[in-house]
Amino acid sequence: MTIDQIQEQIVEEFSVFTDWMEKYTYLIELSKELQGFKEEFRINQNLIKGCQSQVWLQVEFKNGKIIFYADSDTVLTKGMIALLIRVLSNRTPEEIVNAKLWFVDKIGLTTHLSPTRSNGLISMIKQIKLYAIAYKTKYNI
Amino acid sequence: MIDIQAIRKDFPLLQQKIYNRPVVYFDNAATTQKPQIVINTINEYYQKYNSNIHRGVHFLSEKTTEAYENARQIIKNYINASFQHEVIFTSGTTESINLVAFSFGEKYIKQDDEVIISQLEHHSNIVPWQMMCERKGAKIKVIPATYNGDLDIAALERLFSDKTKIVCVNHVSNSLGIINPIEKIIQISHSHNVPVLIDGAQGIQHQPVDVNKLDCDFYAFSGHKIYGPTGIGVLYGKEKWLNEMPPYKSGGNMIKTVTFEKTIYNDLPFKYEAGTSNFIGAIGLGAAIKYIENIGKQNIFDYEEMLLHYVSEKISKVPGIRIYGTSDNKICVISFLIENIHHFDTGIMLDKMDIAVRTGNHCNQPTMKFYGIEGTVRASLSFYNTIEEIDYFVESLLQVKKIFA
Repeated sequence: MTIDQIQEQIVEEFSVFTDWMEKYTYLIELSKELQGFKEEFRINQNLIKGCQSQVWLQVEFKNGKIIFYADSDTVLTKGMIALLIRVLSNRTPEEIVNAKLWFVDKIGLTTHLSPTRSNGLISMIKQIKLYAIAYKTKYNI
Repeated sequence: MIDIQAIRKDFPLLQQKIYNRPVVYFDNAATTQKPQIVINTINEYYQKYNSNIHRGVHFLSEKTTEAYENARQIIKNYINASFQHEVIFTSGTTESINLVAFSFGEKYIKQDDEVIISQLEHHSNIVPWQMMCERKGAKIKVIPATYNGDLDIAALERLFSDKTKIVCVNHVSNSLGIINPIEKIIQISHSHNVPVLIDGAQGIQHQPVDVNKLDCDFYAFSGHKIYGPTGIGVLYGKEKWLNEMPPYKSGGNMIKTVTFEKTIYNDLPFKYEAGTSNFIGAIGLGAAIKYIENIGKQNIFDYEEMLLHYVSEKISKVPGIRIYGTSDNKICVISFLIENIHHFDTGIMLDKMDIAVRTGNHCNQPTMKFYGIEGTVRASLSFYNTIEEIDYFVESLLQVKKIFA
């Protein structure tokens, strides 16, 4: 599936929720499912420090695709990370560089990406894009 | 006694629904809401009288100048300063402290001198002193705190040396709400001939302040935390210091005569008010203080104390709650965490339930480090909050706990 198709899928999933409580309960569920972040990667070098919460981001480059692993100390941010990884991980640098993230707005969780929240998510997306640009340049792909 | 229903009607924002119900505004330590009279005053001055102060001879300028100086008089009376010219208008507590850190530092602090601050200061009462100390080669010494959030006053005595030049502490700590024994701190410091600056950002709106009785050398506060507009604040300073210190910013209004060779500074308070000051902000702050005086500040403080007892009692029943700053000497601030729930998660959930609280380190990283945590949730109440809001807040906390269980 393309990045846009996955985003459509997420919007569809969220469309069944009638209030914020259901949405947040789902985010909490997603946070529990988010796995694969190894303890050895929980290091300062991978830390994106927000004013409110912290995010760790680890990256791998395999077969021309970038794979992201991430974690956070807050449950709700972790839930958001799970969604972002679903959309952006295991993609070519080209796809990531060109990706427009519109699903967050559509599912009504934009506040999590607003700069005032300073929860590290905006910086995480920026970091993901920077990795993509770096790999794109490095391998000329 | 205050009529809480009548008071709530004075604050238009409190009537406003955020998601489903009128906001429960428990973020008063960050900024307070404005009564209608303050909003009206600001409006009126922009609509009818706007004109630069101390400049023109025309009707409008005189009218605004008079209102600006009248605001200074209101504040002088409210804090019981000896003279009107001891009240300097600044942009807020941060600017007030920066002013003293620079001007006092320039005049009196040299290599190896010492400045005493406390463990529980806001960043704005740490960093300006650090910058000055770096410039001068001076050092900062820190009054330690006890686990319940009180300062260790016995330790203060031991921090003094013949190098100590100034002591700077907050009246009330912003992240915990603990009231410091400033009378005692001032008394001890003066016995060593050392002046004291009080950061009153969290004090002036919840505690009586009489600068004459306190005998403090400087008292700084912000307008927006005492129901006035943003961008206006006050530095009270004893005449002697204000006269001796050099100004820290320069420009128009602060001068008497200017030639290319030499400038003679203006008299107090104008010496410290370079440029066009936020005069309508000052007039708005005057209106806010008048509003408080009309209700009666003791009535306000008594009601807030009742709220503190009520919320402390209620919240202690929430299973797994940990309160930071458990001293009895506190204003109506509850800084807390619930078991393993991150402060950010709690804050987001409370927001969805129309409750506004502050989460994070509250510009107070050394305090968080002291407790070995990243941050807290801080509920800070004011005299327009109610028992019913506290009940709803505690019910909501129980719900948050359930959601993250």
